[in-house]
Amino acid sequence: MHELSIAISMIDQIIEESESRGGLDVEVVHLKLGVFSGVDKAALLFSYELACADTPLEGSRLLIETIPLVIYCEACQKNRIPPSIYQLCCPECQTPGQTIVSGREIEVASLEVAA
Amino acid sequence: MSTRIVEVRAKVLKQNDLLAHALRERFQKSGTCVVSLVSSPGSGKTAFLEKLLGALSRDYRVAALVGDLATENDAARLQRATPNVRQITTGTICHLDAQMVEAALESWRLETIDFLFIENVGNLVCPSSYDLGEELRFVLLSATEGEDKPLKYPTIFNSSDVAIITKMDLADAADFDLAAARQNIEGVRPGMKVVEVSSKTGLGMGEVLDLLHAQLARSRETQVEAAL
Repeated sequence: MHELSIAISMIDQIIEESESRGGLDVEVVHLKLGVFSGVDKAALLFSYELACADTPLEGSRLLIETIPLVIYCEACQKNRIPPSIYQLCCPECQTPGQTIVSGREIEVASLEVAA
Repeated sequence: MSTRIVEVRAKVLKQNDLLAHALRERFQKSGTCVVSLVSSPGSGKTAFLEKLLGALSRDYRVAALVGDLATENDAARLQRATPNVRQITTGTICHLDAQMVEAALESWRLETIDFLFIENVGNLVCPSSYDLGEELRFVLLSATEGEDKPLKYPTIFNSSDVAIITKMDLADAADFDLAAARQNIEGVRPGMKVVEVSSKTGLGMGEVLDLLHAQLARSRETQVEAAL
């Protein structure tokens, strides 16, 4: 379980971001999390709360948007969502897809701050 | 009380990615071929690496970093093949990150190393998120673990470049379905190179060495380009 490490990196980054903008009162953190990121959503939510203790982010909420796995199909020349995360092929023509377009994200998208 | 939205768009592992990028540049400049190994605990990473180091050290300068939560046992084993081995004990951390690798390289002169192996902590989940600056990532799957491992851990298989099926000498005893294993690997990482090995009998080691020689040649080409 490396979600605690991820949560700590994330909190450090948000605090840095906040300080660079003169100190923000962060209420909600919006995170994009790919299904192929290797990070578990529930474990991250749990870790986030623990890691926020005694930091300026204590009491803030983490909202996670799950990003599906998208591959590029060379045959159709289109982005496609594969049938499952262990079957990386085009759902239309079955061609295996080696290029991952999205689904690996661990990215802080935005912050909701008290105005 | 009203709120406003602040756009951030920051990768959480940006620091690790930047550091891994800097390490990759260092390896390219020194012409060092860097290969990392990931697998579940007990799949035979250390035995495999022991054989590789033994074979390569006849003609090349080799080194290894080996990660574990505790003990220096693996480093002691690998030191039989080369003195250039350092253990990274992570304490409670379940994976290596670029910072640990950078710290462990301290005072080593990379230009005197042809092959550097980084054996990650035995874990098929967490290492997938961390770039270590390696050129090649080997994921090991032992015949005794069962053929459906790639389906259970698709992320790590997809983030790797070569799949090594180890303990092939035990395949029959374990009723290992090789065709299914290959099909499952192909499902999570289409086109992935697969090599079947046995560290005990030496099966497949020649193929792995060929692959490493080819990668070293590529590393040398990049080194020349980087120097121009």
